[in-house]
Amino acid sequence: MLENLVRKQTGNRIIVTVIGQDRVGIIAKVSNILATHQVNILDISQTIMQEFFAMVLIADMEKSDLDLETIKEKLSILGQELGVKIEAQHEDVFRYMHRI
Amino acid sequence: MYSINEVLETIRMVQEENLDIRTITMGISLRDCADANAAKACQRIYDKITTQAANLVKAGEEIEREYGIPIINKRISVTPISLVAESSDANNYTPFAEAMDRAAKEVGVNFIGGFSALVHKGFTKGDRILINSIPEALATTERVCSSVNVGSTKDGINMDAVYRMGQVVKECAERTADKDGLACAKLVVFCNVPEDNPFMAGAFHGIGEAECVINVGVSGPGVVKNAVEKVKGTDFGTLAETVKKTAFKITRMGELVGRAAAKKLGVPFGIVDLSLAPTPAVGDSVAEVLEAMGLECCGTHGTTAALALLNDAVKKGGAMASSYVGGLSGAFIPLSEDAGMIRAAECGILTLEKLEAMTCVCSVGLDMIAIPGDTTAETLAAIIADEMAIGMVNFKTTAVRIIPAPGKTVGDRVEFGGLLGHAPIIPVKQAGAQEFVTRGGRIPAPIQSLKN
Repeated sequence: MLENLVRKQTGNRIIVTVIGQDRVGIIAKVSNILATHQVNILDISQTIMQEFFAMVLIADMEKSDLDLETIKEKLSILGQELGVKIEAQHEDVFRYMHRI
Repeated sequence: MYSINEVLETIRMVQEENLDIRTITMGISLRDCADANAAKACQRIYDKITTQAANLVKAGEEIEREYGIPIINKRISVTPISLVAESSDANNYTPFAEAMDRAAKEVGVNFIGGFSALVHKGFTKGDRILINSIPEALATTERVCSSVNVGSTKDGINMDAVYRMGQVVKECAERTADKDGLACAKLVVFCNVPEDNPFMAGAFHGIGEAECVINVGVSGPGVVKNAVEKVKGTDFGTLAETVKKTAFKITRMGELVGRAAAKKLGVPFGIVDLSLAPTPAVGDSVAEVLEAMGLECCGTHGTTAALALLNDAVKKGGAMASSYVGGLSGAFIPLSEDAGMIRAAECGILTLEKLEAMTCVCSVGLDMIAIPGDTTAETLAAIIADEMAIGMVNFKTTAVRIIPAPGKTVGDRVEFGGLLGHAPIIPVKQAGAQEFVTRGGRIPAPIQSLKN
């Protein structure tokens, strides 16, 4: 029961990261792809580390029409266009590594 | 919520520091495959492996994609074949190895372990046939790995087995002389062998294990090295704490992947082996971790102490991260598979004696070490006996995977390619030990065995 509850909360959440040179429109374009495929953005934070732009976005893909792999591909192609590195990973990876 | 630094740390570990899941190993019991008719038993073995592991590689690849963590190897370990084949009429078990090899190819795993025997106290008929079959089995198959346990703290060392294994190693090298003695890289001699080790070549599915389990081996020398470099100049407490915290994170990743794989395949999750296993790739080296601690070159004075600290901190961090840890757990020091070790051996600072000393404080033993091809079976047996004695007396697992490279001598090198890497030939002592290793019988168990 408890496991199901936890699963529900975190089951389909992904973490998208963008790292690279800052430029106009990164967030707009990333969120556009996510919105097109019904991926709901829950939280965004960004920072400039040294001269690099780093953005971390948490999203829920519960209702998405795509699987994680396809979303990753689409984001990766966008990343190449923008000259930044975009990664999407299942939230579990981060939850497991940093939270007990 | 996650901090940006945590997220970036995870991504950096995978992308820049070679954090990976080294291996998902499916352990399969073959105890129900025994048959009086050897051909029938082989068929059963093939059928069972290909059924149980049919989706292993696919599940591994799915997890890789889902979590974005590379899983380098998908492998299989089986019940020691000496136990399964013993009730058959065969007097050569090579066909069993061939059945394992075919099954491994069918399901797409790169190694299958378990062409094994446990003879620490004595031989049965099946054990003898298996050991006699090893050279042919390893020379004619591609993916089969073999191991023989010749000693334990409780039982002492079976010196007849040690001597026989010296001869077997020699024969394995000769049968694969055209490939630098490759068969020896697939053969391990153990003392106190663990039954749930997911790492080859020593993996087998122990008799205390369940029908089918998933064991996971994690690795990340690059991640640890990076963490160690960040605390340059600090005291040992800080150094150990840093390694511990890093090992915790690496192991958590293994636990996640292991549980995901077990769930996908519908089999129980076994253990995480919290090891630092190197690869020949630059930046994925245990030797470099030791050097990052402040040694000019791995193998110099201080190396054993550094390795002891590393090994212990890895275990402490890992033990907190997973409740089911097992296997060999610790730092592996295979010479040919570690870029830093290769370099240290090439410049003569890392020697066989130092490697032996290092094995007193780390997981395994003399691993993937190439020595001159003219080394005698007796000297090989003596090297094995030394290493087994370290394991026996210290209540730990030790192993020997050594390659007397045919036709090669000090100054030459062997090349195995892939994960097995390459290595310089390092010298061995020239004085013999024939009279000692051929005495026969068993070295008695040490007083530590009387723990009750």
